Amino acid sequence: MLSLIVFLPLLAAVGLVALPRLGDGAARWVWVAVAAVDLALVAAVWLAYEPPGPGRLAFEERVPWIPGVDSSYHVGVDGLSLPLMAMTAVVFLACAVFALRDDDRPRTRAALFLFLQSVSLGLFAAADLILFFLFFDLSIVGMYFVIAGWGHGDRGRSAMKFFLYTFLGSLALLAGFIGLYVAAEPHTFDMVELARQTPLDGSPTAGGLVLAAILLGLAVKTPTVPFHTWLPPAHTDAPAVGSAVLAGVLLKMGTYGFVRIAMPMLPEAWRAWAWVVVVVGVVSVVYGALVALAQTDLKRMIAYTSVNHMGYVVLAVGAAGIVAEGSEQARSVAVTGAVTQMVSHGIVTAALFLMAGVVWDRAGTYDLGSFGGLAGTAPRLATLFAVGTFASLGLPGLSGFIAEFQIFAGSIAVAPVTAVALVGILITAALFLRALQRLFTGPTRGASRGFGDLRAPELWAVAPLLALSLLIGVLPRPLLGVVEPAAEVVVQLVGR
Amino acid sequence: MDSMAMRPALLLPEIVLFLGALAALLGGSFLPRTRQWVTRVVASAALVLAAAMAAVALAGPTAVAMEGSFTVDPSTGVARLVATLGALVVLALAADEIDGSPRESETYALLLLSTTGTLVLAGADDLLVVAVGFLLTSVPLYGLIGITGTAVAAEAAMKTYLLGALFGILLLSGVTLLYGVSGTTSYAGLADPLAAAPRAVVAAGVVGVLGGLLFKAGGVPAHFWVPDAAQGAGGAVAAFLTTVPKIGAVVAAYRLVGALPDTLAWPLLVGVLAVASMTVGNLAAYAQTDPRRLLGWSTVSQVGYLLVPVTVAGRSDLALPSLLLYLAGYTVTNLAAFAVTTAFPRRRELSAYRGVGRRYPWLAAALVVALLGLVGTPPTAVFVGKLTTTAAAWDAGYAWLAVLVLLNTLVSLFYYLRWIAALYARPTTEHPEDGDPPAPWSRWTAVVTAGLSALVGVGSGVLWAVATA
Repeated sequence: MLSLIVFLPLLAAVGLVALPRLGDGAARWVWVAVAAVDLALVAAVWLAYEPPGPGRLAFEERVPWIPGVDSSYHVGVDGLSLPLMAMTAVVFLACAVFALRDDDRPRTRAALFLFLQSVSLGLFAAADLILFFLFFDLSIVGMYFVIAGWGHGDRGRSAMKFFLYTFLGSLALLAGFIGLYVAAEPHTFDMVELARQTPLDGSPTAGGLVLAAILLGLAVKTPTVPFHTWLPPAHTDAPAVGSAVLAGVLLKMGTYGFVRIAMPMLPEAWRAWAWVVVVVGVVSVVYGALVALAQTDLKRMIAYTSVNHMGYVVLAVGAAGIVAEGSEQARSVAVTGAVTQMVSHGIVTAALFLMAGVVWDRAGTYDLGSFGGLAGTAPRLATLFAVGTFASLGLPGLSGFIAEFQIFAGSIAVAPVTAVALVGILITAALFLRALQRLFTGPTRGASRGFGDLRAPELWAVAPLLALSLLIGVLPRPLLGVVEPAAEVVVQLVGR
Repeated sequence: MDSMAMRPALLLPEIVLFLGALAALLGGSFLPRTRQWVTRVVASAALVLAAAMAAVALAGPTAVAMEGSFTVDPSTGVARLVATLGALVVLALAADEIDGSPRESETYALLLLSTTGTLVLAGADDLLVVAVGFLLTSVPLYGLIGITGTAVAAEAAMKTYLLGALFGILLLSGVTLLYGVSGTTSYAGLADPLAAAPRAVVAAGVVGVLGGLLFKAGGVPAHFWVPDAAQGAGGAVAAFLTTVPKIGAVVAAYRLVGALPDTLAWPLLVGVLAVASMTVGNLAAYAQTDPRRLLGWSTVSQVGYLLVPVTVAGRSDLALPSLLLYLAGYTVTNLAAFAVTTAFPRRRELSAYRGVGRRYPWLAAALVVALLGLVGTPPTAVFVGKLTTTAAAWDAGYAWLAVLVLLNTLVSLFYYLRWIAALYARPTTEHPEDGDPPAPWSRWTAVVTAGLSALVGVGSGVLWAVATA
């Protein structure tokens, strides 16, 4: 079942490439159809899902790949990966719908995004480090071609910077993986087995170095300060659907790595360095928010809020490593909040980037100062953008609130000093409200004149994402019910 | 088992190749210019036959021939298979390039002779056989590089010849020294007498022999001929000389260090040479604008990665299988990249590849797979090779070597990416050769070998089983 979910988009991509006679219109709809079927399959898995218990995975599949180094095609889901797979399927479907309106080489692009979808789903399902690395690397390759092929502005340079920078991260990650492999006895790349063995406990130096390599790799991908500098140019020059996937899905690969790899496999080193992670998280939150505040470019602003939002996740997982007597429940709440934030940020940021793409499409600029009174000419865009920003800044009733509330409730209980990160929420609220004001209120002027409102594909791509955010905000139980048991397991594993 | 017998039957693949070379040479002199392709068929048949025999031998038990101086084991078997099939791919590239040219049958004969030499090197368990293999690989190569007769080719041939002569002499002196202090040239009896011999003499001898092998492999410090030859020689020959001779040379180096006593710090020496090769190759590739010269430097860096498992020979169970896996993956991937350059023989600038991505999507995809493969992107074969060699190094306590391999990988990404970026850039009007259709044989070869490099990576479990049999 999982293999079908992972490889169905890839098969469709191969089909699209192999059948050049397929018209552009058909290619667009094939993409939508495949993404929809894949989402339905994920939903089916969700409905049939039962928490598998500590050290186990549901829907497991395992086939030997390179037996010499004990690496296998091993996939499975638990409460950490399943929500992210669902989020991935949703975001890609929204992108497919959004792209119905585009006519720049639709067949190739549909194939490329289907490839990226396979890669992303595969990464979240992977239970083997080499398999994880494979998908991690291929996501970089796929996104490189998205930016270089369909971007705008100085796209060649941005794509190259993105590739080199994140490739550095992936190699650091690989070094860490090999370190884990060599330390394990018997040598293995299997995630479940490594989490059981925790091979580097008891050797603080080696454990610290391996954790440093893995953290570097994940921090580049997430990205956290000071490894975030590839993100703004990549986003600015990427096409709208590319940005949505990059921010919505690809960034989660970094944060997912914390809870899936770093915490369960290196618990001792994680506890030892938890404060560093917390500090990096807090700095990312505050710095990301402050830099976003200073932007006059809409897309760069949203990009920097991603640094801020990922900072909350890093802060929470760091706090989960600060082990104290009786703090287990608080730390578990923090991890639950972190996973919820990954899901929430994925859908909300994807929606915001798609709307930024609409702005670029109509006006050819992201400059906030060129607009004004857009609410008059584009009321639907104004409404949805307002909902998106509210969700992003964490207004109660929307998914961002559920996530950030739990992150802070958990983190502050463990380490009260993390309350300084609350200032990040304040700043993001200010910057989003200011952006809303500059774009939509006042007299209609500049690029706002003659601005066409959202068309059907755009509306049907963005509105469901925000509706989902609202749904999670009002009815969080179905999501939290899946995440919480897994978060408890992670906290137990770190506390070992 | 009687190790003192000749048992020539064990050397059948080598014999077949040698006879095939003679048949191509003689047949070529009786055939008119327009029907020289017959010799290509003869040469291909010899290679296929040799590969089939190698596969049969691979399934059989390990054995020694020629009074214990030649070993037929899984390493020899894999090297034979990879080298013969690699040479077969080279013949496919030659079909576009030198069909009907004046020196066609001679080229095929020399290719087969050089391949025979590589196989002799791969199985050599005796210093003198190494020397024979070295000469048999090198001498045909000098001719091959210069055979097109252009000025750059002549210069490259001259450079290769001079360096080859120098390192050949070094190799022979090394063999002489080692024989002088140990009284034997057979690997089986080398370790004990060498351990008792003066260390300076042993070290000088080992450095000499390793130097000769590094010349064949194209590694630092004997690498200077590689970029010139890759640029100056014909495309098929360039593909050959950056691929096939390495197979024999690296396996021979692995066998040699396995026969050395622990009194020498040879792992450190090989490790330093490995790092030097990968770093020099990568840094020099940065500034290149000719795709074949770029690939030439890239192969220098690949030799560095190939020397990593040689460094940890005998210290990690992963060393030998990872080496063989890397060799197989490297061969198919490098040939795929060269096949694209022979498909577009007139595009001799990276910028001339602009727009290829739109016009010839399959060829462009093949090049992307090949180049990303050379970087070491999963799931291609070179990735699995790089992963396992790096793991082997770390496993044997050479974590620094593993880290340097990964750092070099990052450095290498940049120049491969420049070529990829050109592929998908908008075409410019300054290159009139844009209208050239790609050469048919090379086109297919590129797509097939690129596909194979991904397939070998995905199916590396099978290959691993063969290599550890």
